[in-house]
Amino acid sequence: MKAFSYERAASPTAAAKAAKAPGARFIAGGTNLLDLMKLQIETPTHLIDVNGLGFDKVEATPDGGLRIGALVRNTELAADMRVRRDYAVLSRALLAGASGQLRNKATTAGNLLQRTRCPYFYDTNQACNKRSPGSGCAAIGGFSRQLGVVGTSDACIATHPSDMAVAMRVLDANIETIRADGTTRKIAIADFYRLPDDTPQLENTLERGELITAVTLPRPVGGTHIYHKVRDRASYAFALVSVAAVIGKDGSGRVAIGGVAPRPWRVEAAEAAMPKGAKAVASDLLAGARPTADNRFKLTLVERTLAGVMAEAKA
Amino acid sequence: MDVPADHNPSRREMLAAAAAVTVATSMATTPAEAKAPIAPSLHTGKVSFSVNGKPRTLTLDTRTTLLDALREHLDLTGTKKGCDHGQCGACTVLVDGVRINSCLTLAVMHDGDTITTIEGLGTPDKLHPMQAAFVRHDGYQCGYCTPGQICSAVAVLDEIKRGIPSHVSASLTAPPKATNMEMRERMSGNICRCGAYSNIAEAMAEVAGEAA
Repeated sequence: MKAFSYERAASPTAAAKAAKAPGARFIAGGTNLLDLMKLQIETPTHLIDVNGLGFDKVEATPDGGLRIGALVRNTELAADMRVRRDYAVLSRALLAGASGQLRNKATTAGNLLQRTRCPYFYDTNQACNKRSPGSGCAAIGGFSRQLGVVGTSDACIATHPSDMAVAMRVLDANIETIRADGTTRKIAIADFYRLPDDTPQLENTLERGELITAVTLPRPVGGTHIYHKVRDRASYAFALVSVAAVIGKDGSGRVAIGGVAPRPWRVEAAEAAMPKGAKAVASDLLAGARPTADNRFKLTLVERTLAGVMAEAKA
Repeated sequence: MDVPADHNPSRREMLAAAAAVTVATSMATTPAEAKAPIAPSLHTGKVSFSVNGKPRTLTLDTRTTLLDALREHLDLTGTKKGCDHGQCGACTVLVDGVRINSCLTLAVMHDGDTITTIEGLGTPDKLHPMQAAFVRHDGYQCGYCTPGQICSAVAVLDEIKRGIPSHVSASLTAPPKATNMEMRERMSGNICRCGAYSNIAEAMAEVAGEAA
């Protein structure tokens, strides 16, 4: 790990101001950042510990939704009775991710901002446009079974690894932030993640120093909430494919998928096809997909996982 | 290294050679490091926390993980370093009663916290019920992952008691039960390469039964 200085942030604005300095990074749970720092994939020279800022509550909003503090731990969020009752897809997604120890430490904002687990991003001997812009992509033509099939580019085929974000995408979450000048804004999760194109190092639409303070959920969406994750082990593994869905009695609903794209993947237009069945939805969701020989199976897996989820909702 | 083709070095010889290289390297780099314009105060931090009931204050390089602070600075070597990347669970400790990977957190981030390691759960004369159950059920073979397994197991039963659901809980709203499936799912962040999993689950079931 490279040497860094460390401060405990006194206020959200002070944190955002400090984070504008080159080399500065926020740290909250640290479960992803410290892992990457040990490998010198991340080399911050200054860490701003935001754990004392108090964004650690889940509160009801006036419009009947929920406001989740940026520092609420994954375990607490999954166990919140309002989430379990009204946003079950979110609880299920959180519980399908990581291990008990990691969920106890990992935060809501940190989960959104976690980096890809592409093995070529992790191996500093390999070319990676995300880690080292312009160096190339060793994943393309490499071992790409786990990697993306849709939304990818010639520069990068990494996936976003979060389960939580897939559920939040299907729930139309908003991300609340504060900037160094004290101004705040709300970013719809649909507009939060960038596609890689030729700048895969830019993963989201946050400005330098901008701090996530909360994630808000609109009022609950009725229907059966399902999160189904397909992976190589029964527990503690990243998704090959995951499906987050909220499905009504008539078979209509909404769906987002994980494990296949650089961001939680949702195509609202595809949802119109839900009463027609999984094949129609999968075909619209995966329009323009560019799988590799190694991960072409994900196209079939998405359709079959969707079919399973839709059958479960009907039962 | 110039060695005869038939020379087959023993493990001991290899280790000795590696140690010699390490010594040579550190001797070579020390003067250079001393000359480097570093400002130690910028890269160190002070932290006070309670470890196994004792107040401790340390001034540490900011890079020091909680795991290294426990092992290298407080000589509490019961907590083990396995992968050092949060994947194996050997470093699991309890912070304010909650289990975490001590390798993926900085010691300086724990000012004011209460930390419990395997040494704080029980003693050889007065074992924690989970330690006693691991012994009775042979919940280990080599023992390296065991401190992490036991800290995790104690916390798992507490999480079930507090009603925290898991991936395998059939209902999200009903209180979870300490079933074998639940233990296995909740312990998935603790790897045991000897494969003592079934005995670990039995040890946990016994303690859960006693507690119920």
